[in-house]
Amino acid sequence: MIFRLINKRELRELFDVLAENRIIGPVQKGTSHDGKALYAFEPVFDFDDLKLDYTSTARPAKRYFLPSHETLCTFSVHENGWEKTVDFNIHEPHVFFGMHACDINALDKLDKVLLESNFPTPYYAAKRKNMFIIGVECTPQPSCFCRSMGTDSAFHGFDMFLTDLGDSYFVEVQSATAFNFLKNIRTREPKEKDHARYMKVVADKNSMFTTSVDTTDLAKILDMEFQSDVWKYWGDRCLSCGTCASVCPTCYCYGVEESVDIDLKGAKKKKHLYSCNLIDFAEVAGGHNFRPESHSRLKYRYYHKHRGFMEEFEESLCVGCGRCSEACLAKITVPEVIASVRSGVKPKGKKGRHGK
Amino acid sequence: MPVDNYLGVPLHRPKVAFFEFTACEGCQLQILNNEATLLDFLSLVEVVAFREAMTERSDDYEIAFVEGSITRADEAKRLKEIRKKAKVLVAMGSCACFGGVNQLKNRFNNNKWVKEQVYGKFPVESEEARPLEDVVTVDLNIYGCPIKKEEVEKIVTNLVLGKSVSHPKYPVCMECMANENICLYKMGEPCLGPVTRAGCDAWCPGSRFGCWGCRGPADAANVEQIISIMEEHKFSADTIIDRLECFGGFKKFAGELKKRTAKSKSKKKRAAK
Ligand code: SF4
Ligand code: SF4
Ligand code: SF4
Ligand code: SF4
Ligand code: SF4
Repeated sequence: MIFRLINKRELRELFDVLAENRIIGPVQKGTSHDGKALYAFEPVFDFDDLKLDYTSTARPAKRYFLPSHETLCTFSVHENGWEKTVDFNIHEPHVFFGMHACDINALDKLDKVLLESNFPTPYYAAKRKNMFIIGVECTPQPSCFCRSMGTDSAFHGFDMFLTDLGDSYFVEVQSATAFNFLKNIRTREPKEKDHARYMKVVADKNSMFTTSVDTTDLAKILDMEFQSDVWKYWGDRCLSCGTCASVCPTCYCYGVEESVDIDLKGAKKKKHLYSCNLIDFAEVAGGHNFRPESHSRLKYRYYHKHRGFMEEFEESLCVGCGRCSEACLAKITVPEVIASVRSGVKPKGKKGRHGK
Repeated sequence: MPVDNYLGVPLHRPKVAFFEFTACEGCQLQILNNEATLLDFLSLVEVVAFREAMTERSDDYEIAFVEGSITRADEAKRLKEIRKKAKVLVAMGSCACFGGVNQLKNRFNNNKWVKEQVYGKFPVESEEARPLEDVVTVDLNIYGCPIKKEEVEKIVTNLVLGKSVSHPKYPVCMECMANENICLYKMGEPCLGPVTRAGCDAWCPGSRFGCWGCRGPADAANVEQIISIMEEHKFSADTIIDRLECFGGFKKFAGELKKRTAKSKSKKKRAAK
């Protein structure tokens, strides 16, 4: 890895150099009723709109590489037969300017399933191969627990990574593309004292986490506690709304639907992201539902994230970004669910269905 | 020239008829509204009765699309006759599926007083507003107030092709999240999206307007939980009841909440004495 230092004012230059591509970055999308800024990954055309000191975005950047709805292919039907057209739906490279470590790690995890498995997904691969990623150091938020998941820093999966040192950025240069782009702007070699400043910023960040998850032997404990009563408690609270999967940077499940155009001259095959919390996730042909109860579906979500993926890849499928905790209206959070499974005790002061 | 086959398989063009009872006719208008695809729609089926669109009519039909709720004895009688003739009876829109906005009047127990207030001295026969299924067997519901034309087109295409017709079982939140909306609860607004059947593409939240539940409960709707959540967000019982009551799909839950609220109010009153 190469390290450089760039003056803060120079970053605007870098933005301009990259701006011939489509830049996606954190921008403020609104303000909540209690006055908090709400951020989202959106196309950015003006450097001043880019909010690199953003807290966290309510939604991951997933829609740019794993869109919620995607047409996989179209068919045109004519008198003598039909033709199929496949489009991977990527028309230009995307520059991601300002991704946090959790989201970069999330991409690495998606790669394991969608790129490096026996059946790579070309729709994902086409978009993933056309990405340039600039990471940026974050400030831990109340719901973040990435440090527990080992995803609070990123070692690969990005092109360059920025850490704010006050007047300048400490830059980790990971790819040749990044190196070449940086040739266009002024940078300098970091000195020993810059290393010290960098380490101080990272140490400060690490002291700011307020939420954690005890992951010791978690996969085993989940096996032991499969029948625990706490699952029922969380299941009763759950709305089966699927929002947790929609906001999750690593959820990739989907359904495929085929439809015929009303003029009967064409047809489409469309994919849409799904969630294991939805009632018919485990419904099979013939109508049998393997997980009709809410708690069995909620449990499945935790087993896939923290047990199944662990078994397959020696790591969890959760990066601890805390988005599902923030988004879940029923206040079902990963740290609380896991703590309750470990202890067998339901949390106090939270009502289940019917106030139980 | 109507299409008569798909991939070489001959198609049967079903005779369809549209009927309306107590409703605003907005659902039928939705179908006519879609100029771009109206001709394609008409070439898939043979419309034999559609008062809103044509003058001639016939009593020979296979699929009856019925809009509106039932509020009079003669309506119930006419609906039963339609049922006898139609092979497939489709309830179209919230009024037909749940009673719709019309059933809001059922909340006034004293129907006579309401009649006097609304119609004055003119004698008008009007009973409680009922969904079609209270009177006849309904084969298929098309939800929404109004219905979504794209959904009707998909359903009709599938009926003609002999494909199965199904609705999303999940709630509006899935579509709302897919559209990258900011959740309205973050903006301090109530929303029934987590318990209401999807299919409208999160129409209301997309315009920053909380869902009122016009498509009725989703398959795994945890209504008690969303009521607690709205209470936690400090929305008043009246606000919650209004929302649950609006289109009739959540009638049962609105009724239970009303009873509970009345009980706790009288308890408080007694405690104050
Ligand atoms: S855990 Fe929360 S967000 Fe996920 S389905 Fe249940 S209620 Fe919805
Ligand atoms: S499960 Fe929740 S905390 Fe974990 S990665 Fe997904 S959204 Fe983030
Ligand atoms: S099974 Fe559930 S938790 Fe796992 S990726 Fe799919 S939706 Fe997400
Ligand atoms: S605005 Fe309503 S529909 Fe959208 S996510 Fe929030 S609760 Fe669900
Ligand atoms: S958001 Fe709710 S009220 Fe609005 S159209 Fe959809 S189901 Fe009906």
